Amino acid sequence: MFKKKGFFYELNKNKIMFLMIAPTLLFFLINSYAPMVGIYYAFTSYDFAGGLFGSPFVGLDNFKFLTQSGILLKLTINTLGYNVVFIILGNAVSIGAAILLSEVRGKLFKKLSQSIMFLPYFVSFVLISVLAFNMFNADSGFVNQLLKSFGLDPVDIYNTPWLWPFLITAFYLWKNLGYSMVIYLASIMGISDEYYEAAKIDGANIFQRIWYITIPMLKSTFIILLLFALGSIMKGQFDLFYQLVGNNGVLFNVTDIVDTYVYRSLKVNFDIGMATAAGLYQSIFGFVMIMTVNYIIKKINDDYALF
Amino acid sequence: MMAYLIIMIFSLLCLFPFLLIISGSLTANESIIRDGFHLIPKVFSLEGYEMVFIFPTQLIKAYGVTIFVTVIGTLVGLFLITMAGYVLQRKDFKYRNHLSFFIYFTTLFGGGLVPWYIMLTTYFGLADTYAVLILPGLMTPFLIILMKNFIKSAIPEELFESAKIDGANDFRIYYSIVLKLAMPGIATVGLFLALTYWNDWFMSSLFINDVSMYQLQYYLYNTINTMMFVSQMATGTGVTLGRDIPTESTKMAMAIVVTGPIIFLYPFVQRYFVKGLTIGAVKG
Repeated sequence: MFKKKGFFYELNKNKIMFLMIAPTLLFFLINSYAPMVGIYYAFTSYDFAGGLFGSPFVGLDNFKFLTQSGILLKLTINTLGYNVVFIILGNAVSIGAAILLSEVRGKLFKKLSQSIMFLPYFVSFVLISVLAFNMFNADSGFVNQLLKSFGLDPVDIYNTPWLWPFLITAFYLWKNLGYSMVIYLASIMGISDEYYEAAKIDGANIFQRIWYITIPMLKSTFIILLLFALGSIMKGQFDLFYQLVGNNGVLFNVTDIVDTYVYRSLKVNFDIGMATAAGLYQSIFGFVMIMTVNYIIKKINDDYALF
Repeated sequence: MMAYLIIMIFSLLCLFPFLLIISGSLTANESIIRDGFHLIPKVFSLEGYEMVFIFPTQLIKAYGVTIFVTVIGTLVGLFLITMAGYVLQRKDFKYRNHLSFFIYFTTLFGGGLVPWYIMLTTYFGLADTYAVLILPGLMTPFLIILMKNFIKSAIPEELFESAKIDGANDFRIYYSIVLKLAMPGIATVGLFLALTYWNDWFMSSLFINDVSMYQLQYYLYNTINTMMFVSQMATGTGVTLGRDIPTESTKMAMAIVVTGPIIFLYPFVQRYFVKGLTIGAVKG
């Protein structure tokens, strides 16, 4: 402890830097580490009078209920399923859009379309729920008006569960396209023109240039984005799901993810023990997932590993 | 040519829902109920906006709360994030990797929503305070890492060393070198923070019961749900209440009034966003 190069030596030498980072450390200690103590709720049948250690201990009963009722399985399938689709489609669409935009020569057109595609990223999720209502509600929704004008029967979209995986995915792509497209566009801009010149001389057409130069050069950007996405694969896009679906029970089977379940258990059903258990499951599952992915990547290529 | 066409379709798809809302806000309520939403108003009317501005007190209050929270949160957050980013990228700071991991670990594992909620309400007594709208959003590990990379790529290390030789202490170096040279990065992280605060509804929904403390977006959310309730009551019971209150057009007008500032600001702001994002992601 009191060796010359020990902790206190460092503390003294870099007093000011320690002071500068202290608020941040305190922030994470209070906001992230302290609540970990509350994981204990997952093993209790919470009662409001009892508080943290006054509630009766029930062991694994909460988990048993969640597993046996099939809730946990449903939540896992939905959460993972949506995220996998989001990652695959999200990257494919934004890479596609970035390549197209990079081929466009008109400056004004390029700027304008990029701005428009970025617009949805800036608006709130509450507005998204207004948008969705505007388009999909049974009586006055735009979609049904359109169907009617073609002489087709209107559809009560808010009562048709099988449509929602598509709708939620569409809204996800719509909102995030601009953001991830910009990142890919920047990587494309960073590719040296010499490659393209050389390919042109060799007689490669535009599709060959895209396939053999652009796409391989996007690999490292893709991997970074992929790693970030995998890290939060058990976390859902809570805002998106909650604002689109809300407390519409008809749709829960296909739209409920861990985050919306936990939020409802807390705000609507006051199921503290159950909600904590589901949250803990989410955390552990996600943690194991990241560790595994990181381990595998480290084996394949150390440069890309997260830590 | 194909590229132009596809990009154009993408852009129109991005713009289209906004046009629907604008059109809805300018349509007479009865026309919405009778004819539904259309891209061009069938019966033009400003009654939705009139309704929004008849009792503007609540709306102005919500605007005030959101502006206050956004400004304070962004400034304080930036101050803390830049300091942390600076310290964590200093090569001669021995514990930088340990502390980075201390911060990063919180994205890997956490207590979850419920223990966090109980901690803040029961043990810190933050329910119904402005502090709870600001504090939890000040920092995220992602923004700290982003800032760390910005500073690392924007400022050569020799600059720190020469400043040290000239007798500047660490805070002085941070204050007079980092804050000036890392401006594009600071602008980007600041915009991220500001956007998150501005669009937040979740904090109000969890922690705020007092209507006069609602953030703008949660105020919108609540109004919409109340309107929905009113119009359902009206159709369900046959009471003509719904006829007097133009619920549908008011909802759309409210959405426009709440979203307006972002739409007007964003063409200017967007440039910095793109610039910052590209530095962070490409050099990452």
